Amino acid sequence: MTAPSSLLLEYLPILIFLGIAVAVAGLAVGGSIFVAPQKPDPKKNAAFECGFDAFEDSRGRFDVRFYLVAILFIIFDLEVAYLFPWAISFSGIGLYGFWSMMVFLGILTIGFVYEWKKGALEWE
Amino acid sequence: MIIETIVFYVFAVVTVAAGVMVVVSRNPVHSVLFLILAFFSSAGLFVLMGAEFLAMVLIIVYVGAVAVLFLFVVMMLDINFSELRAGFFQYLPVGGVVGVILLAELILVFASGAADITLPKTVASPTPPADVVSNTEALGNILYTRYAYLFQAAGLVLLVAMIGAIVLTHRRRVGVRRQRIADQVARDPKDVIELKDVKPGEGASWKSD
Repeated sequence: MTAPSSLLLEYLPILIFLGIAVAVAGLAVGGSIFVAPQKPDPKKNAAFECGFDAFEDSRGRFDVRFYLVAILFIIFDLEVAYLFPWAISFSGIGLYGFWSMMVFLGILTIGFVYEWKKGALEWE
Repeated sequence: MIIETIVFYVFAVVTVAAGVMVVVSRNPVHSVLFLILAFFSSAGLFVLMGAEFLAMVLIIVYVGAVAVLFLFVVMMLDINFSELRAGFFQYLPVGGVVGVILLAELILVFASGAADITLPKTVASPTPPADVVSNTEALGNILYTRYAYLFQAAGLVLLVAMIGAIVLTHRRRVGVRRQRIADQVARDPKDVIELKDVKPGEGASWKSD
């Protein structure tokens, strides 16, 4: 708790926004619970799908290919996370820092070319 | 200052409560959603400590990607929820022992005073005060130059993860009619279209090859 208050002051709008979001969500959910009349009966609670019961559970299994797409997304997400500090301190780190990032991007481009040629980005 | 303290306690309570709900929640999907809440309030705690970059990475990487991956895993496995609950008390002793050991270790660390948060002045690159240099900039000043080899090693780890994921999960499906644009463009009309001048009263014969 030794953070400078000038830094935290910049986050005050976000805190206010969070407070408003929680208040609005609480009002919407709480209001419908306390104000609206609730008289449930079996017919009201029954599944409604164009007049017949659901054929199967909606929580079906996913294809493993979604997983591959998600993993590849995470890897490039991490790559972008490395770019943020680089961009901020770009003027201070000189040519060495620049080429350091270029080599890093080059390594990941090898992986990108590999997955492109392998067809991992194609769906069917 | 008083607001800072209140915000700290709100985020801390939400983090711990969400962590408890991850464990006791009946539905695995709800567990993952509570995990996202725990990540989010941890990011709030990081911001309170002045670690902006860590907070943003927690939101971008953990909430944005890792939690989604967890959701995929939960939805990909064919989980029978009632069977899952039946194993709760079976795993309770092992989980309890692990938890007690972790708690004991944490107590030991704090009791011995090793968890002194203020960094010693002798570290290779002391954290500059956040008033002068922002957290992200302080990281960027040393990560790409002084720790360039570790940075490249991180790149190689990501490359290995990428190739490993493709090798393990990618299967080329047989019998799929995929679109080959090069073949379509290279197709010559002379090979596939034949024009016949049909006289009135006669039929056109078509010879298949």
